[in-house]
Formats: sequence, C-alpha cells, structure tokens
Amino acid sequence: MEYFLELFFGGLTRGSIYALLALGYTMVYGIIQLINFAHGEIYMIGAFTALIAASALSMLGLDGWSLLAIAGLAAVIYSAAYGFTLEKIAYKPLRKAPRLSPLISAIGMSIFLQNYVLLAQTSDFLSFPALIDEFPFMEDVTIIRSSELVIISVTALSTALLTIFIKFTGIGKAMRAVAQDRIMAMLLGVKVDRVISVTFIIGSALAAVGGVLISSHVGQINFYIGFIAGIKAFTAAVLGGIGSLPGAVLGGLVLGWTESFATGYVSSDYEDVFAFGLLVFILICKPSGILGRSSAEKV
Amino acid sequence: MLEVKNIRSFYGGIQALKGVSIKVKEGEIVTLIGSNGAGKSTLLMSICGVVPPREGEIFFMGRPIQGLAPDRIFSLGIVQVPEGRRIFPLLTVKENLDMGAYLRKDRDAIRKANAYIFSIFPRLYERRRQLAGTLSGGEQQMLALARGMMANPRLLLLDEPSLGLAPVLVKTIFEAITRINSENHTTILLVEQKAAMALHIACRGYVMETGLIAMEGSSHDLSCNREVKRAYLGNQT
Repeated sequence: MEYFLELFFGGLTRGSIYALLALGYTMVYGIIQLINFAHGEIYMIGAFTALIAASALSMLGLDGWSLLAIAGLAAVIYSAAYGFTLEKIAYKPLRKAPRLSPLISAIGMSIFLQNYVLLAQTSDFLSFPALIDEFPFMEDVTIIRSSELVIISVTALSTALLTIFIKFTGIGKAMRAVAQDRIMAMLLGVKVDRVISVTFIIGSALAAVGGVLISSHVGQINFYIGFIAGIKAFTAAVLGGIGSLPGAVLGGLVLGWTESFATGYVSSDYEDVFAFGLLVFILICKPSGILGRSSAEKV
Repeated sequence: MLEVKNIRSFYGGIQALKGVSIKVKEGEIVTLIGSNGAGKSTLLMSICGVVPPREGEIFFMGRPIQGLAPDRIFSLGIVQVPEGRRIFPLLTVKENLDMGAYLRKDRDAIRKANAYIFSIFPRLYERRRQLAGTLSGGEQQMLALARGMMANPRLLLLDEPSLGLAPVLVKTIFEAITRINSENHTTILLVEQKAAMALHIACRGYVMETGLIAMEGSSHDLSCNREVKRAYLGNQT
C-alpha cells in the first residue's frame, strides 16, 4: 500500500507538471487553432532563468523560500515575455496563412530556442539547486516528498486562479468568446490581438512555474528538457480533449499516473509505451479526447 | 448618418461589391433586399471593417471610417448582428449579453440596458443562466439582437434576422426591431430576404443584385414596383 501511495503521489507530481504545460497548449489551440510546439522551450527557458537568478541571488546571501519566490518570479516574467514575443514574431504574421505555415513556424521556433540556449549556455546537464526546503513536519512521511507536496499544491492553486480568471473577468469572457467565434468577438469590439497576447502570456507563465518547480525537484536541467516535457504535455492536452481546460488538467494527471504506475509495477523502460498506448486507446474510443467536444455545430 | 460611396470589396478572391453606394439617415429603418450572393452580407462586413473595402469611402457621422479596425468602428456606435446569429454557444445567455457591453464601463447604464432588453425579450430573462447553445433558433435570434443592443448602438446593422425562423417568431423579431427603432431611436439598416415584411417596417429600401445597387426608393415605391414584385415579393408572407 505504501508503495502504491508513493507511486500515486509521484504520478500526481508528474501529472501536475504536465497539466501546467498542457493548459498552455490547450489555451493557445482553443484561441488560434495552433499547436504551439515551442511551448516546451518556454518552460525550459523558465527553468534556466530560475537557475541563473537563483545562483546570483544565493551569492547575495538569499536562501529558502524567498530565493524560490524571487527566482520563480523572474522565471515567470522572463518566460511570459518570451511567449509574448514568440507570438508576435512567429505566429501573428502568419495569422491568415494556411494552417500548416504557423505549425512549421512553431517547430522552427522550438528548434531555434533549443539551439539558442545550447549555444548561450551549455549542452551539459547543469545541477539545479533544491529551492524547496524540506518541511519539518514531513520528516517521518515517506510516501511523499516536500517538493512533491509543493508542486501539487501550486498546480492546484494555479489551476483554480486560472479558472476564476477565465470564468469571471471581462478578459476571461473575451478569451472564451474569441475561442468560439473570432469574427463575432471582433464585431463586438474585442481587440483580438490583445486577447491572443494575454493567452500566450498566461500560458507561458504557467509553463515557467512548472519548469522551475520540476527542475528544483529533479535537480538538473539542460536545453533539451523542454522538448520531452512539451511532447508529453501535448499528449496530455490531446488526451484530455484539446481546447478544454479541465481536459488539460485531467489529461496531465492521467498521463502522470500511467507513467508512474507503469514504471513502478512494470519497468521504467515501458513508461512511454504505456503513456502513448493509453493515448492511442483513448483516441480510438473517443477521438475528441476525454473531455473534448466534437466539433459539430448547430446551424 | 452613414454614407457609403462607391465601395468595392473582395470576399475570398471574388469581387463581391462592384461599386456600391447607400445612405442611411438618423432615425431611419432602411432595408437592403436582394437574393443570395448579391453581396448584402459583404456590404455589412465592409462597413464594420471585417472585410475592408479595396476602393471607395465610408462616412459615419461625417468622418471617414474605411480602413479602421473593427473594434474602432464598433466603438463609434456601428454594431452588427450578423447572419446566422453567431451567438457564443458555450457562454451563458447573460455572458453573451455581457459581451455585447464588453467595451462599456458605466455599470448603471449597462444595468438599464439589461433591464430594457429583458423587457423586450422576457424569454431571455428566464433563460439567462442557460448556455446559449441550448436555446432554440428563435431564442438565439432574440439573444443576437439583444446582445447587439447591449452595445448601445447608434446604427444597428441586422443581417437576415428572420432566417430559418417560424412565421410567428419572425413576427416577434420584426416587432422588436420596430420597437427598438421607435423607443430607442436606434437607426437600423436591415438586410432581408423576406422583402415584403422588411419593406413594411422600413422607410426606404435598396435592391441589390450581384454586387451592385439595382434600385432604390421609398418602401412604398419599391413595394409597387413591378420588377421588385416579380423578383422578391412573389410568394412571400
């Protein structure tokens, strides 16, 4: 039972990170029907920013929670700026182009950003400081680590805040309206460009949060982490039903658990086999994903 | 109030407007009739800036508006209720109405506008918490019209509000249009295929054929015109 719970919380942790990333994929897809393949790189850039900020700050003598908070904030701001710029440079000029063009542009940006970090930093794995201190009250708990607890809580909190934002604010309503009918939203005075920018900024900020937390948990990063995490999170978004926010979270968690249990009970070699096997299985049963809507329209 | 001068617009590579000029005066209901594909919807989209005209000029309240972004034109007071209603199906009725008032800041005025449209369409009040996609066709048309009214338009452009509705509902919608015009002094440009009803509530009308204005005149003159009778008033209610 203890082993099961350990795997359960391990899966929940992974799943939380996938969920944070998948939210970005699904929000962007919902609004401009684009799979933003460079989203994983935003997450990786968030992790690097936090590493650099944390190194600098610890030299100044900061430590503990304040270090995590400031490094995390730096990562969020920097990644959000990257996400914003990425959309302006690589996607906005292609808004009216055939759908394949922005997709290729996204893959290009992904490769570009990876290589940029590779050249500007290093190709080696860098060790990432444990920014999350062990809680004193968690000393005797073996089934879940403090950093896992933090990751799960922060994800839950971010998801809740995002839901409130989308549901109750004016710009949140505008985002949903643009996702459902962009031209109509324009006819009601919505500045669609601004809504798209906000979407990228929020998605990138969530990715940065995920990047910082998981790097601190795992303890090392390199330029390639975004690619793998990005593919997995994209899988999670499709699994849950692309375009659906609850779907992205659910898809992330399901994928996290699948990987964790497959690793724990079978072998870590089969982790991806189970993850993608599940994807294929769900798409056969329900092509629009677990919570996805079929795109039939009422006329 | 609105003056469209000789505009030419392209829609998906096809020249949909080949030099169209119309005028709408303050307080009027003007109707634009014509068959499918005559370019009526393109004209409305051109006025709103969604399909900007390649040539020609559009003046609203004396200032040129061609080439402005749709949200700028909207904030001047030109509001379109497009063909096919285009309500946001996954937003509630109330949220759809909120989107109509998206650019308005004055909460009191928004509350008044809400009360006013609920007085015209009590059905929408009953359904305010429902997802708009679950409404019937007639209710969706009411919502589309109500959402447009939430923007407090000076000029309301209505594109085929009667499309696909049962006769009794068409009557309700037309009554609401007349009411909005007389009570609220909203100027209305009404695109319709139900020419008889449209000419009945309008002051003046234009007949559009393949991207050009074929005829114009007072509603009475157009209703009596033999060509119009033959082509548009044939078997209609």
